[in-house]
Amino acid sequence: MSMQLRASPHLHSGRDVPTIMRHVVYALLPICAFSVWQYGLSSLALIVTVTLSCLAAERISNKLSGTVNTLSDWSATITGVLLALTLPPAFPLWMGAVAGFAAVWLGKSLFGGLGHNPFNPALVGRAFVQAAFPTAITTWAPAFTAHRFTEFIPSSLTLPLMQPNDISSWVASNMVDGFTGATPLARWKFEHFVYPVQDMITGAASASTGETSALLLMVCGLYLIARKFMDWRIPVAVVGSALILALAFRVFGGDEYPPAHLVLLSGGLMLGALFMATDMATSPVSPRAVWAYGAIIGTVTIMIRYFGGLTEGVMYAILFGNALAPLLDKYLQPNVFGARKK
Amino acid sequence: MSSQPLQASNMEELLEGIWKQNPVFVMALGMCPALAVTVSAFNALGMGLATTFVLICSCTLISMLRRFIPREVRIATYIVIIATFVTLVDYIIQAVSLALYEALGAFIQLIVVNCIILGRVESHAAKNPPLSAMVNALGMGIGFTIGLLALGGVREIFGAGQLFGISLFGQNFQPWVVMVLPPGGFFVLGLWLLFFAWLAKRKEARHGA
Repeated sequence: MSMQLRASPHLHSGRDVPTIMRHVVYALLPICAFSVWQYGLSSLALIVTVTLSCLAAERISNKLSGTVNTLSDWSATITGVLLALTLPPAFPLWMGAVAGFAAVWLGKSLFGGLGHNPFNPALVGRAFVQAAFPTAITTWAPAFTAHRFTEFIPSSLTLPLMQPNDISSWVASNMVDGFTGATPLARWKFEHFVYPVQDMITGAASASTGETSALLLMVCGLYLIARKFMDWRIPVAVVGSALILALAFRVFGGDEYPPAHLVLLSGGLMLGALFMATDMATSPVSPRAVWAYGAIIGTVTIMIRYFGGLTEGVMYAILFGNALAPLLDKYLQPNVFGARKK
Repeated sequence: MSSQPLQASNMEELLEGIWKQNPVFVMALGMCPALAVTVSAFNALGMGLATTFVLICSCTLISMLRRFIPREVRIATYIVIIATFVTLVDYIIQAVSLALYEALGAFIQLIVVNCIILGRVESHAAKNPPLSAMVNALGMGIGFTIGLLALGGVREIFGAGQLFGISLFGQNFQPWVVMVLPPGGFFVLGLWLLFFAWLAKRKEARHGA
């Protein structure tokens, strides 16, 4: 009779990193499909390019560091898809590739790979290109143009290292009425214009490829929450704290501040809260720390949007939250069962 | 004290600072100017030469005076000597190129507190004869200049698409704004340090095998 001696835990749910990551990719697919339907070839090419560059970067760093091949854990794929979804649809493909390499190398490989990265790699990539190419990352393209499935947005196919091709004549030739090239948040900030809710749900508002439909994002997020692939507390805390603050500012501050629905439906709040802030490697573990983490992200987002120079603050808010995550886990530890507080 | 039992050859001493003990990449000294003024290769070269000049002059002079400087007040004496040469460099650069002077700003005056200089003086010039001190300082100065050029070159190529003001990619080049901002300095420095650490590791592995 053979006996095995093993340390606990003895029960395994059968879930491992690749499984969870794969399901996150599944949840992102409808969002990708929607963005391709909106922006056509350019969006498709951007998602493919960024994802492939992330995979290439991961493979190269595997080779250089002499570690095992980590492509099969799907984490680089998620980084790529998420990163592509945060970029504007007219973003030149070569800049997308730069973002992909920056995301995996600066955001993950240099820290020692998956699980050792303090910041969400996709957001590190986006922050890098936002600092490197500030004009290109705020050039928005109209959705639902007539020839979107047969032709690229001109700036997508810019030669590597060159300035993006001008898209103004392309916009004019597509005769998009009333296209201002500004996001709902920017139009509020500079013109106090309240975007129609319908436009922000159906994807007609200008925005990054993956943040145009808050409704679709919520449905996809709910799938992950229902399958227990993510901590529901994080999106609830992020969106909840943003909502409470937005309502408070609207009620006590008056018309100077945007209406609450604009805050929730516009920009990357839903995308960030559901898919970025919930990254397991960069968010806290214990419930109290998670609530604090989400609330900090929501609050910082509102502060940047209302009082900062930028129109959108979700990215920096999440990176800030990531930086605080270990500290929150340390100070908001749950009490050990049976232990007494001193 | 003057008769060294082991006299390293002058060439070896020179190469020490350029490669083996490179102040930027190996000792990681003088990081403040290395990050702050290296937005272009020209600024980097100017800063490197200015520092080299101060380094050579102060090391040589201090080496000559090493027996007359009382131990108790040596640091103050060194600083006075270094500051004299920095003031000289300050005026020279102002006279030769006002553009460079304005680009380097306060970092010219801050050469006084550059730890490479005081470090060389304290650890080498104060214990060695003038010729040896001068060669050592020259090596360190060249090493520092190479370090700054390596940073400034990469940052100028990506940040402006040019090298020493000569355009490399034509009119349509898209500058990577981040490279001329402080984060770009840290990224490039980090990557160079990574490269040198990798070289060192590879060498160690070869010698071990």
